[in-house]
Amino acid sequence: MEKIDIQKVRADFPLLRREVNGKPLVYLDNGATTQKPKVVIDAITNYYSDMNSNVHRGVHYLSQISTDAFEVTRRKVQEFINAKEDFEVIITKGTTDSINLVATCYGKAFIHEGEEIIISAMEHHSNIVPWQMLCEEKGAVLRVIPMNAKGELDMGAYANLLSAKTKLVSVTYVSNALGTINPIKEIIDLAHAINVPVLVDAAQGIQHLAIDVQKLDVDFLAFSGHKMYAPTGVGVLYGKKDLLNAMPPYQGGGDMIKEVTFEKTTYNELPFKFEAGTPNIEAGICLSAAIDYINELGIDNIKAYEDELLAYATNKIIEIPGVQLIGEAAQKSSVLSFVVDGVHPYDIGVILDKLGIAVRTGHHCAQPVMDQFGIPGTVRASLAVYNTKEDIDNFIAGLNRAVNMLV
Amino acid sequence: MTINEIQDELIEDFAFYGEWMEKYEYIIQLGKEVPLIDEKYKTDQFIIKGCQSKVWLYPEVIEGKLFFKADSDAVITKGLVSLMVKVLSGHTAKEIVDADLYFIDQIGLKEHLSPTRANGLLSMVKQMKLYAIALQNR
Ligand SMILES: Cc1ncc(COP(=O)(O)O)c(C=O)c1O
Repeated sequence: MEKIDIQKVRADFPLLRREVNGKPLVYLDNGATTQKPKVVIDAITNYYSDMNSNVHRGVHYLSQISTDAFEVTRRKVQEFINAKEDFEVIITKGTTDSINLVATCYGKAFIHEGEEIIISAMEHHSNIVPWQMLCEEKGAVLRVIPMNAKGELDMGAYANLLSAKTKLVSVTYVSNALGTINPIKEIIDLAHAINVPVLVDAAQGIQHLAIDVQKLDVDFLAFSGHKMYAPTGVGVLYGKKDLLNAMPPYQGGGDMIKEVTFEKTTYNELPFKFEAGTPNIEAGICLSAAIDYINELGIDNIKAYEDELLAYATNKIIEIPGVQLIGEAAQKSSVLSFVVDGVHPYDIGVILDKLGIAVRTGHHCAQPVMDQFGIPGTVRASLAVYNTKEDIDNFIAGLNRAVNMLV
Repeated sequence: MTINEIQDELIEDFAFYGEWMEKYEYIIQLGKEVPLIDEKYKTDQFIIKGCQSKVWLYPEVIEGKLFFKADSDAVITKGLVSLMVKVLSGHTAKEIVDADLYFIDQIGLKEHLSPTRANGLLSMVKQMKLYAIALQNR
């Protein structure tokens, strides 16, 4: 753990100093959204005090510097995920927006009646519903890769699902409900063997592990800024150039056009073709501060630190009588999802909240996962780089207290 | 007792508990005690979808008064549900429609009645009032 100077990291996040219900905050709802370091908060203030102006439009100075700053983010993202071209990085509102973009535009161009889209049994609703909507519209069929009781995908079943009818595979890198890290490279290679493109939902991956889109050879990658220490309202869709070029635009409006007459509009080039309207400029610009922050710590150091913390927490929690982990994959990242015999997750969440401990309870927007385990929901503690062993100790003590009250 | 007399009594009961912990222990106790509703009424017809915790509410009219039985799958919600039932059950439709439920706020549990809490409690109170309105209009 020595590569992360945890005291320094914690000092970077002003919100972590506050109290909740009279207790020092223990924030373990990072899967939902992370807190923001001071450099990101300062970047927001700086944007509005120093450069606020619309992007890609103005001849004037401020518009130029805000456009430049926005484009710096694009290149930072490009470097961060090692995309070949900066225009393969589309700035969106978030993961949900990115996936809907692909479902709509790739769907329009490439999905026909009777064809199949493959997702997995552990997807977030935002990687289920857009495909269901597309399938309904096109008369296509949604196929689901099953998982075992540990929360690992059945790769044999996946291989069998792939066929000449398959037109796209869309799976999550890391499950938000279970913490499973899926064998994404293997999933991509199997699909590519029959020329099927793959979208990876990296909403829970990008902040925890190194992602190289060229090495993975992934076709689309989606993630959200707010889960990686950046502001809300910005996200990324990476797509391979040829695929993006072959897709029709998403929304119509300003910025995405080259020429408009009432007879015909010609569309702008990548990436602007997919970026209609004024984006969330502030969040877009400040995403680069978050990427700088992650790079400074080093994503591999973050992973090593969080892995050790997860192991520490896992060992402690399984000692509590009645606790059953949901999600025991061999490869896991930063998520501790569990139920307690005879206790509703909601009740545990209420008591923990009273103790200043923030966790999430419920189905985590992954109802099919809960159905498979036959539970209404779980309690989920999810980690970020600023969590400490002390946070875990407080959480375990709080959980013991809650269980004693509730059982 | 009137609705307000019951509320005032509950406020007095709760004043006895200083710390949040004791309050919650009492609510959990309430939640554990009674099987509040017959299993046969725990159907979709009587469910109030609260997203995280489920609430069932079963109304009955006896001699012109409206009685409620209710339950929840989460014990804290169930305790709160039983408080609501204690306050609102057994009164006339008009009394229920006009009731101003101030006790939850005064005993310091207001957060549980927030519309953004996914526990179904607020929806249950609304449903209780709707049943009363339906009875009034009958
Ligand atoms: C795996 C996964 N996919 C997609 C999303 C949706 O992200 P957003 O709400 O930022 O669009 C989330 C967020 O909870 C997630 O965990």
